[in-house]
Parts: sequence; structure tokens; C-alpha cells
Amino acid sequence: MIKANEVLDAKGLACPMPIVRTKKVMNELEPGFVLEIQATDKGSTADLKAWADRIGHQYLGTVEEGEVLKHYVRKSGNDDVEQEIKHPHVIDNEQLSEKVAADTIVLVDVREEAEYRFNHIPGAVSIPLGELAARMDELNKEDDIHVVCRTGSRSDLAAQKLTEKGFTKVTNVVPGMSQWTGETEKSV
Amino acid sequence: MTVKAMNASELSKKVINKEPLFILDVRNEDAFTDWKVDGENFSYLNVPYFDLIDGVEDILDDVPQDRDVLVVCAKEGSSIMVAELLSEAGRDVSYLEGGMKTWSEHLEPVKVGDLDNGGEIYQFVRLGKGCLSYMIVSGDEGAMIDPLRLVDQYDAFAKKLGIKVLHMFDTHLHADHISGGRRLAESTGGTYYLPPKDADEVTFSFEPLEDGKVVTFGGADVTVRAVYTPGHTIGSTSLIVNETYLFTGDILFLDSIGRPDLAGKAEDWVSDLRESLYVRYKEMDQDLLVMPAHFAKLSELDEKGRVLARLGDLYKVNTGLQVEDEDEFRRLVSENLPPQPNSYQEIRKTNMGKISPDPAEETEMEIGPNRCAVS
Repeated sequence: MIKANEVLDAKGLACPMPIVRTKKVMNELEPGFVLEIQATDKGSTADLKAWADRIGHQYLGTVEEGEVLKHYVRKSGNDDVEQEIKHPHVIDNEQLSEKVAADTIVLVDVREEAEYRFNHIPGAVSIPLGELAARMDELNKEDDIHVVCRTGSRSDLAAQKLTEKGFTKVTNVVPGMSQWTGETEKSV
Repeated sequence: MTVKAMNASELSKKVINKEPLFILDVRNEDAFTDWKVDGENFSYLNVPYFDLIDGVEDILDDVPQDRDVLVVCAKEGSSIMVAELLSEAGRDVSYLEGGMKTWSEHLEPVKVGDLDNGGEIYQFVRLGKGCLSYMIVSGDEGAMIDPLRLVDQYDAFAKKLGIKVLHMFDTHLHADHISGGRRLAESTGGTYYLPPKDADEVTFSFEPLEDGKVVTFGGADVTVRAVYTPGHTIGSTSLIVNETYLFTGDILFLDSIGRPDLAGKAEDWVSDLRESLYVRYKEMDQDLLVMPAHFAKLSELDEKGRVLARLGDLYKVNTGLQVEDEDEFRRLVSENLPPQPNSYQEIRKTNMGKISPDPAEETEMEIGPNRCAVS
């Protein structure tokens, strides 16, 4: 099961209805939230992807379960807007790539679970930003923690929160997954 | 304004008659770039349907009012939605019934001519893919050459003519489309002929189509004679009907020649192809009328929608038949080849009887443009 904020049942509907319905639900959805669309129309995968790219939503991926296609789309969120990065310790993707290879850090991926499941850096731990406060005890305060998200803005917030709570070595990765060219894996 | 449906047959006539038509294609840009409904006097606008869900105001200026407008999508649903929106905006438009799926599978029957002794020849033009297949009528019996998997359309046509199709010929083991030969033979109790050299891995029984074999059938005494002309495949065999028509399969087209690499044997088969095109065909009666299994461009269709040409004339106009130098010929047919057809390996396996995809999978396997000729 991949977590989604909302589920749309578009099973049995033929084109154009899956996209028409998706569009409607997305309009109501909060920025940054993930929608799961269940469809049986085979053409829905290519169409959803093309539609999401055009609007600026993130098409995350599709899981096939028998006849049903489960598509995951994340509504374009405030992390797309250029935001001031406040956390003082920052590295870029290239530096991260070296540290991942050296295996000396704890890498925390704070994107939504669905984003993580379809594409993440091997070894990264998934703790979505919204769950960070409740799950902080899963992390060790003395570890060399690197926080990554899609663009560097959610991870900036996460890095600030962790520092406030007494984590000593916290580094934000900018930009993060949107520009990551190194190895990735899926867990779907 | 009411929204009208245009069916594939009506659209075919517009293509053949070179009528003007404005096509609003509402599929994804990728799908449109890959293939579309071709017409010599057609003009196009591609806007994905999901950009038009909230209304068509943005494109109204780009949709002309002085010619017919056809909205096209993959299966028809989205084109109906967009056509209705245009109609609400006061425009008179049609949508393509069944969408590109139906268009890709539609066969337009065109009469090629009468045979001396009362027979008839029909060419089935698959405009969406460029495939040509043939029905030869003799009395109350019919034969088919290179029939496609779309057997319902042949059945319906045979029924209309009041004939029974009993002889199915494949000029070679096809890699670009799924053959209807075996299934037609099974459903009518007829015979399926296939060149034995292409049939090493075939899992069902068939009648070998060997060089020199003559099949005479029906009340009008129509004769089909096989001539071995390898090169596209090792088994490729041409058929001569009543010493008047030459069915060349994928060896010789009107505008180009076959390519020998589909089974990964380009180098081995180049000399066979050269021998077939430059020796065997040259020794034949040059008044034979060539009818191939494909066309590449709409300009190959004559005013009735037929694709045929005198063999002697092809030696004058087809550049693939005018390469004197053998090395240059080798380069022409083995270098700079267009990409392989979609799913060609699965299609070959299906035609060998090794796999049995369901109808939806068969449609999927044949999707996309045809790429069998050297162009």
C-alpha cells in the first residue's frame, strides 16, 4: 500500500473521464498532497503523465494490480516556489553523491511516502515532513544527518526542526531529488 | 449545431478523393507525432483533450469555418467531448467513430479489375498502416493474398459478394502485421499456403507454397502460380495470377524495394534480394501489373485508391531497381535502415503459432507506423 491523501475511483471509466475527474479532485486538493487514481483505462497512464507535466503536478508513478492501474500524482506545492533557504548547513547534489558513496551519513528523505516509493536514493530513510515531529526518536541526535527532498525547501524546514530539537549535525541537500542523476531505486 | 460521427469508410473516401479536411487531433503530442490520419489535402491542429476540459475558447480562432472539421482521438470518447464543446460554441464539426484504433484497423476494399475469364480482383487498402491485402474472386470461390488478422472485414465482404474464401496465401512470414491466413482457413475449412523456407519454426500444419506450384480454383478457372523470389525473407515467394498480375509481397513496392533485415539476416539475404529484383523479375513479362503488400506514400494511390503499376514501368521509375553497382546496392539495403516495426519479434512468433495473444494485445502489437520498406 502506498499512502495517498485522497483516492479517486475512476475504474470502468473510459477516456476522457479519468482525467476529467482527476482534474476536479486536484482542484480541491491541498498543495503538496498526493492523489491516488484508480483506473482501468489503459490509455490513462500516458495521458495522466502528459497532463500532470503540463500543469506542473508531479506524476509519481503507476502500480498495476490485476486489471486496475493505480496512478499517483502529487499536486504542485509551495516547494515549487523559490523559497529562501534558512538552515545554514547546505551541500549540493554532487557533494551528497560523494557522501552516499562513502557511506558515512544518515540520509533522511522527507518527501511524501509515495514520492519516496517510486524513486529514492538507495539507503535513504523515509520520514515525510508531516510525520517528522512524531518520528524524530527514530533518529540519533549525534549522527551526521543529511536531509533531502525534491527541491531543498521541505528539507530546509526539516533541518530547522531537527536542529531545534537538539540534533547536532544536520545538513540540507539543495536542490535534491528533482536534479538527482545518481543511482535510485523503487520500492513498489 | 449537432455533432456528427464520421466513420472510417467515409474518412477513407476523403483520403482517396484528396478532399480537404481539417483534423483537430486531441491525443497526446507524442501519439500525434508518432502517427496520424494522413491525407494529401488535410491540415492539422494537435491540442490534447485535457487542455480543453474547461472549454475550447482558446482554440476557436485556429479552427477554420470554411472547411470540414474532424475531431480525432485514440478511441473516440475525448473527441466526442471536444466536438460537443465546439458545437456549443456554434461550430459544425464531426468526430471520428472509433478513433485511431478503428482507423488503424479499417480496410477499404477497392476493385482493381476484372480477370479475362470472369474473375475479379479486390485490393484491401489499410490506409492507417499502409498494408495491402487482396481478394481474388473466381465463380463462387475466393482466394486471399497476404490477408491481415482483421478477418471479420473479409468475411463481411465475401458474404456481400456471395463467395466462399477457400485459398489463403502468405507471400512470406510477416513481421509487421499479424496474418489472417491461418484463421481464415480454419473458419472456412480452406487451405493456408506458406513458403516452407519461412516456416521452420511454424507450429501448425499448412500447405507448402513452393516455387512453380500452381493453384487453380473456382468457376472462372483462375490460376495462381508461385515464383520463388527470396530476399525480404528467405522464403519470400511472389504470386502470378492469370499471367496478368504479379503479387510481390514485401520484395518490391511501387516507390521502393523490400529490406532484408527483419529476421536479423540483412547480410545473408542481400544477394538473394538482388537476384530476385534484378534477374527473376526482369525475366518476367514486363506487362505484368505489380501489386505489393504495402504502400508508403498516399501519392502511390491512383484516383480510384488502387496501388498498382506495370512491372516494366517500375524499372524506369523505382530507384531501388536502378542500382547498377552491387556494393552500392548492398549499402542501400543494409545501411541507414529505418527502425524495426513495433513488436516485430512478437508478431513473428504469433504468425508461427508460438504465442496466442488476445485481441487487445494484437491491436497493441500492431500500433504505430509501418516500417517495412527501404525508403
